[in-house]
Amino acid sequence: MTAAAKAGASRRGRLATFASSTVGRKIAMAVSGLMMAGFLVIHMTANLLAYAGPEHINAYSRFLHNVPELLWGARIALLAALVVHVTSAILLTRVSATARPVGYDQREAQVATIAARTIRWLSVLLALFIVLHLLHFTTGTLLPGFAEGDPYANLVNAFSTQRWAAAFYLVMMVVVGLHLYHGTWSAIRTLGLSRPRRNPFSRPVATVLAVALWLGFTAVPVGVLLGLVGPRPSATASR
Amino acid sequence: MSESTMRVTLKVWRQAGPGQAGRFATYTASDVSPDMSFLEMLDVVNEGLTERGESPIAFDHDCREGICGACGMMINGVAHGPMQATTTCQLHMRSFRDGDTITLEPWRAQAFPVIRDLCVDRGALDRIVQAGGFVSVNTGSARDGNAIPIAKTAADAAMDAAACIGCGACVAACPNGSASLFTGAKIAHLGELPQGQPERGRRALSMVTQMDLEHFGGCTLFGECQVACPKAISIDVIARMNRDYWMATLFEREGVATGGDA
Repeated sequence: MTAAAKAGASRRGRLATFASSTVGRKIAMAVSGLMMAGFLVIHMTANLLAYAGPEHINAYSRFLHNVPELLWGARIALLAALVVHVTSAILLTRVSATARPVGYDQREAQVATIAARTIRWLSVLLALFIVLHLLHFTTGTLLPGFAEGDPYANLVNAFSTQRWAAAFYLVMMVVVGLHLYHGTWSAIRTLGLSRPRRNPFSRPVATVLAVALWLGFTAVPVGVLLGLVGPRPSATASR
Repeated sequence: MSESTMRVTLKVWRQAGPGQAGRFATYTASDVSPDMSFLEMLDVVNEGLTERGESPIAFDHDCREGICGACGMMINGVAHGPMQATTTCQLHMRSFRDGDTITLEPWRAQAFPVIRDLCVDRGALDRIVQAGGFVSVNTGSARDGNAIPIAKTAADAAMDAAACIGCGACVAACPNGSASLFTGAKIAHLGELPQGQPERGRRALSMVTQMDLEHFGGCTLFGECQVACPKAISIDVIARMNRDYWMATLFEREGVATGGDA
């Protein structure tokens, strides 16, 4: 009996094999990725409250901070998802890097999308963005005049005074969109949740999610730059 | 007569044996008929090489009618060349133009060591099948073919997956060197049928485990395998393999078998 056969005999053994297999790691990436995508939908919806005025978005912020179990539960779950996602990605990339020690002299990608081909390198940029974003709006380290508990003031402050931040966010939201365009579709197929299609490259759910999140997240910095989301008191009631 | 023939330049990977250093060598094939198959063109080049006392270009081939899976090489960076859903033996020289330079490379993967020139050892795929790509049946007289009712949709899906000839183009075309399309096809073609159900979970566990033992890469769903596949097998089979695998991880009662170590 081989080691693999022994390991497969019990559920615990199978779970250990699962965790070290390429398919298992990909499934771990899919589940953790979908968790984070779900968070992004909530995050984007909350951001759009900025258009409704400072009282709404700040009320949402207060609600979260008044329920620390929810806030910290979500933070811990997301951190765990991120760790699983990144660790699995690194391990799988290492396997792929050794799977073809001698490369081709000539090789043309036939159908792989730009989103798929750039996802590994752009995800490094995304990781950097997550750190900068937390330092920017959660801890306020990178935002002079950061006001604790007043996200509306902070976002107006950041995007109107720090032009680099607005530009960086606009670029990064394209990266997020590309990541989700390949990632969501890939996650659904990785979990085997898709129905067989005549053209398995069609990706309605991933496309809608990627475009909606890109537009939704882009709307806030653009709103500030165009003056649609302005400083308090919102005397722009003339709208 | 002469105006209808072509002249192509071949840039071919030559490697004397496993683990040896290889290099590209350039040959000219003149008087090539557009109606020759790609392998016939190589046969003519090899006759010339043999007459000059040089060693012919080694390449795998057997049935030359697109059903055995023996032939296969990277032709200008595309597995099996420019025709979609076509094996190398069924590719014809009319797919190229007079004066073209054609680059020929073997399948490149850790799991497919080069034996010589364009021949690689695809034994890793056989070991994946050995691990679980079968149904266990008691011997005896054959059962009546229609004794087990099979839905038309299931029969069609199983047949689409069973079209896999194990040529290895999916691995060769995959940026990750993954054998997911091959393994998925073998899992789907049995798993779609009633006869495949008793061993379905064990099959997924065993074959995926063997796939990893053989040092194939992981799937990132680029989709390159699907367009490289001479049988146009859909990446839907990969989704199916993944679902069978996680379901079996949670619910399977039997152990796994493997096809031996790589």
